[in-house]
Amino acid sequence: MNPERRQVLGWGAAAAAGAVLAPGLSLIELARARSPEEAASALQRWGLLIDISKCGECNDCVTACHEENGVTGHGRPETDAQWIRKVNLRDKRTGHAQTLPMMCQHCEDPPCVDVCPTGASFKREDGIVLVDKHTCIGCRYCVMACPYGARSFIHEAVSGQKADVPRGKGTVESCTLCVHRVDRGETPACVEACNRDGGKAMVFGDLNDSSAEIHRRLRSEPSSQVRADLALNTGVRYQGL
Amino acid sequence: MKQRIAGMLVLVLLAAGFADAGDKRPARVALPAIKIEKGEKCVAPVDEMRRDHMKMLLHQRDRTMRQGLREPLFSLKNCVECHAGRETGSVLGKDGFCSSCHSYASVKMDCFECHTPLRQKKVAGKP
Repeated sequence: MNPERRQVLGWGAAAAAGAVLAPGLSLIELARARSPEEAASALQRWGLLIDISKCGECNDCVTACHEENGVTGHGRPETDAQWIRKVNLRDKRTGHAQTLPMMCQHCEDPPCVDVCPTGASFKREDGIVLVDKHTCIGCRYCVMACPYGARSFIHEAVSGQKADVPRGKGTVESCTLCVHRVDRGETPACVEACNRDGGKAMVFGDLNDSSAEIHRRLRSEPSSQVRADLALNTGVRYQGL
Repeated sequence: MKQRIAGMLVLVLLAAGFADAGDKRPARVALPAIKIEKGEKCVAPVDEMRRDHMKMLLHQRDRTMRQGLREPLFSLKNCVECHAGRETGSVLGKDGFCSSCHSYASVKMDCFECHTPLRQKKVAGKP
């Protein structure tokens, strides 16, 4: 392709992407990182789509998550924090085995938020469910309420935290969908690792954005929610379950 | 008579002055070490920072946590970037910017039970 043709195509793409209905109301939002002065908005809802048929034996998403968020254990799996884990499923009759990553499902109606007595467990405008550790009293009601077993309690004093991911004794924590990365316009660490080293099973995106890959695939392909019977409308969806 | 009283008064005042100057009681609490390693100017004047830094941090904390507003101005991460010690890279410790003043004022802070007290970026000319 010669440079001029490319330039013309570029202008066409820019014009299409910036198609504007009225001032301040554009048909297609240009994909961009939110500026630090712009609050998370309900126009977006962040979610994940995980294709289990591509999810193999590797543990890359778990390793990447715990590395990114500085989640370290004490070699005591019973009490160590766990933001994401691999779950192995096996059909007893046929022996058909599957493996999938399980983490906070970022529900639209999160039970952990319902039960929190201090309002520490909350859902951000853009659908990310978080724990405000400033107000968390460590009662662990949310740990019990979560149907996905996604939350962990920090039993011991922590040191060596990452600057973007504060963690401390006596509070509850779980997957934040790498909120610090999402705010910078990046994808969560698990998704990045899966697409780099793993089976390319995970897609991250805005469930409300009709031009996003995740939206297109959810629209055109079958998918399911874990414990859909609870009607929590999870932000994390699975394929091939 | 008047002169004698005045003379005595001067003597008494002088003695008081000397007594004060000669007060060599050891300070019970070490004065805080305020050593700023980086940056030319803080985000607000010094007196305002001394009085209100906790209010700024509290306000910014809720904006960042709840609304996802990561403005750098009053972010704790940014405080640490400038105020961490050159040797230790930390705002805590004996001469740490935060901890030395807080121990002088006898005010407990719990920011660093979760947040890292360490500077993230390397300082130029660090030994």
